[in-house]
Amino acid sequence: MKLTVNGTEHEIDVEDDMPLLWVLRDVLGITGPKYGCGIAACGACTVHMDGVAVRSCQVAAADVDGKITTIEGLGTPEAPHPVQAAWIDHQVAQCGYCQSGQIMQAAAFLGFNPDPTDDQIDAAMGGNLCRCGTYPRIREALKSAAAKLGAG
Amino acid sequence: MGRARTIARRTFLIGSAAIAGGVAFGVYAVRTPHDNPLRQSLAPGEATFNPFVKITGDAIVLILPHADVGQGVQSLQAALIAEELDVDPAHVTLSFGQPDAAYYNTALAADLAPFMPFDDSRMAKTVRSALGGAAKVMGIMATGGSSSVPDSYDKLRHAGAVARETLKRAAADQTGHDVTSLRTQGGAVILPDGATLPYTALAATAARVEPVTEVSLRDPSEWRLLGKPMQRTDIISKSTGTQTYGIDLRLEGMVHAALCTNPRQGGAMLGYDAGDAKKMRGVIDVVPITGGVAVVADNTWRAFQAIEAIRFDWGPAPFPAEMQGHWDAVAASFIEDNLDKTWRDEGDVGAVLAAETLSAEYRSPYVAHQPLEPLSAVVRISDGGAEVWAAHQLPRFLQDKVAAVAGCAPEDVLFYNQFAGGSFGHRLEFDFITRTAEIAVQMKGTPVKLTYRREEDFIHDYPRQIGMARAQGKVKEGKVEAFALDIATPSVAASQASRLGQPIMGPDGQIVAGAWTMPYAIPHLRVRGFRTPELAPVSSWRAVGAPVAGFFAESWLDELIHAAGADPLAERLRLCTNPVHMKVLEAVAEMSNWGGSAMSAGQGRGVAMVESFGVPVAEVVEVTQTPEGIRIDKVFVAADVGRVLDPVNFENNVQGGVIWGLGHAINAEITFSDGVAEQDNFYTHEGLRFHQAPEITVRGLENGPSVRGIGEPPVPPAAPALANAIFAATGQRLREMPFNKFIDFA
Repeated sequence: MKLTVNGTEHEIDVEDDMPLLWVLRDVLGITGPKYGCGIAACGACTVHMDGVAVRSCQVAAADVDGKITTIEGLGTPEAPHPVQAAWIDHQVAQCGYCQSGQIMQAAAFLGFNPDPTDDQIDAAMGGNLCRCGTYPRIREALKSAAAKLGAG
Repeated sequence: MGRARTIARRTFLIGSAAIAGGVAFGVYAVRTPHDNPLRQSLAPGEATFNPFVKITGDAIVLILPHADVGQGVQSLQAALIAEELDVDPAHVTLSFGQPDAAYYNTALAADLAPFMPFDDSRMAKTVRSALGGAAKVMGIMATGGSSSVPDSYDKLRHAGAVARETLKRAAADQTGHDVTSLRTQGGAVILPDGATLPYTALAATAARVEPVTEVSLRDPSEWRLLGKPMQRTDIISKSTGTQTYGIDLRLEGMVHAALCTNPRQGGAMLGYDAGDAKKMRGVIDVVPITGGVAVVADNTWRAFQAIEAIRFDWGPAPFPAEMQGHWDAVAASFIEDNLDKTWRDEGDVGAVLAAETLSAEYRSPYVAHQPLEPLSAVVRISDGGAEVWAAHQLPRFLQDKVAAVAGCAPEDVLFYNQFAGGSFGHRLEFDFITRTAEIAVQMKGTPVKLTYRREEDFIHDYPRQIGMARAQGKVKEGKVEAFALDIATPSVAASQASRLGQPIMGPDGQIVAGAWTMPYAIPHLRVRGFRTPELAPVSSWRAVGAPVAGFFAESWLDELIHAAGADPLAERLRLCTNPVHMKVLEAVAEMSNWGGSAMSAGQGRGVAMVESFGVPVAEVVEVTQTPEGIRIDKVFVAADVGRVLDPVNFENNVQGGVIWGLGHAINAEITFSDGVAEQDNFYTHEGLRFHQAPEITVRGLENGPSVRGIGEPPVPPAAPALANAIFAATGQRLREMPFNKFIDFA
């Protein structure tokens, strides 16, 4: 089957039910999306499918029907996406393991709702677990990214 | 010295037992430095001045031995060296290095002395010094106990200063300038005419210069980096998906493994049928390991699928199969035979409490660590050696463990420490390392990556110890008159030491941590620790004993203060005898604009102060009763670490510690049924979610006499401050965690 990830098309030979997460990590070597729970309870594996945030541990390879963007395709250390830039400015990360998923969730959310209320932010980010407890900084960074994206 | 180290490797005794057991070393052994391990691999033209700094022709390399589990300590270690070496931490090469005795940690050992951290008596100093000396001679390398900063604070600045002065000496030799006319900046020596000579251009000369060891450390008023907001060296990689964790590693020819061991932790495997698993796509082999089997496959998911297709026959758990048995065992240990130690006994508690008194019973459950990165390791075994890639907090014990599996010498185990996706104490255990080695030893030469399924990780977590407290007290004329707290838990130290093959002696201070050090002058005060025999095996959970005993102590004190009709903050201040602790209480009073525990209808605030790892932390929590349940609105935190080295990362660690403490107090416990942990993923043991996180205001104070770490101390006050706030808002006193068994949360 064919899969487009971060603008590159890949031909892969895997089981239909292999989760996209493991296709990305173990078949294509794209390790930004993380394995955390395997049951959509933590959000560490979040990627975009045609701009929509999805839990890649719950998307079977055969069900991928759009272009995939991972954290690596969102921005780079040299040219970070505005959400990544806000995460850097606010020094959100501690262990950092959940942050790929947090950033992908936030970026997709702001794509649809560039001027969110606190309640909307709560609803959008409630599925992304951070064991280190960086939530206050995630909220600040997300709001500052929203302000920048809105101004741009 | 050599013999001392050999003895030490086998007999390191956790706790004050190192001294009690006679493992005290003479001044000569303690003063003799370890060899610099960097010399062994030095190429011609490269220079090293101590175990922490190496200069090559094209790189400045800093070796930072403390593990980074998310607390940001690689960045801070780099800053400590960089402050004196005059380099930019973002422009040098940072490495965890290889395990070596030279990277001993004296601070962790010193904190094990059975004296209050603020006790500066001669006896306390002597024992701390002896324990620190023992850790040095033994080469105990450890990250834990919030000890990285106290261990590194002088040592790494000194290492940076020695390197700087030696490089200046080399520049003087190379250019003929007088050394006093030289200065350093941005990784270079600046000559009198302003020309710059990069350190890397001085490596060859510096290699021939005897290190300048008579150096003085800069006064904090001269600091460029420390004490000011710094950008963590890992913040860009962790914001762009480019940080590599152990679980992300890919080696040439690597195979992927998954395992299944008896879900009854420590129980035996009686048999298994892997017939179906062996036929599944991508499966390379099914191999036996201690207590279970592993599947080796060509990717992680196929290994997971195959392991789930194996049918097992498991033996019983080596501890009570049902929770009631655990609680019964804890309840039965409040007897003279189990008295571990009477830690405080002031006034005449026995006489005062013989009459009618107030009393209460508290409970604290088993709780899992479960950092978000599941346990994983990569091991390759060769003839006569092993290589290990993983994140771990005890590198030299890890070498011993792997060596035993591989049948080689510990020094022939190369260990490449990795950034951890969290730990909270989880990476002090060894099963995931030794099991990977057990698989790899059956396929020599092939790198094997073992990844735990989340469920496997959860049910084999060595959780936080279960505990109970029985409290008594008395109030008189609006004041707390008597406070007695008996605490019973299994010994975490004994449980961990048993897996290290180490004997353990003496009382376990963690049973009463956060309670026995209370700085309160209550006329009649007693704190006793009772040791429950081991039940389920347990391990150090962020802040270890203090989240349990601190919850008991600060809840019970709050109950007595309310019974006395006093103000919770004012009465704590009145009772407080230590000026450093008084300042943190005064700070949170001011920050929260404290005006009593009552607020408007349906709202309340609570305060708690717990000292752990020498750091007093006071927290005020404000809550509101809503139709959906209790909402935590705000938390105000003041903590005294002696000196705040990075205000941004300090704030982040404090916020995270508060959220860790609150979240697990609200909704997390491990319970056993049929010997198996009933919680196996985050939906049944999740901690705080984004929408539940309060606004958290942090203040760092610098009145304490020594520089301390902040990774753990914010955790213990969170649960009692929350329970005290909920009492203020609702009148309901919560004496058992997790609180959601008794009250709803929004």
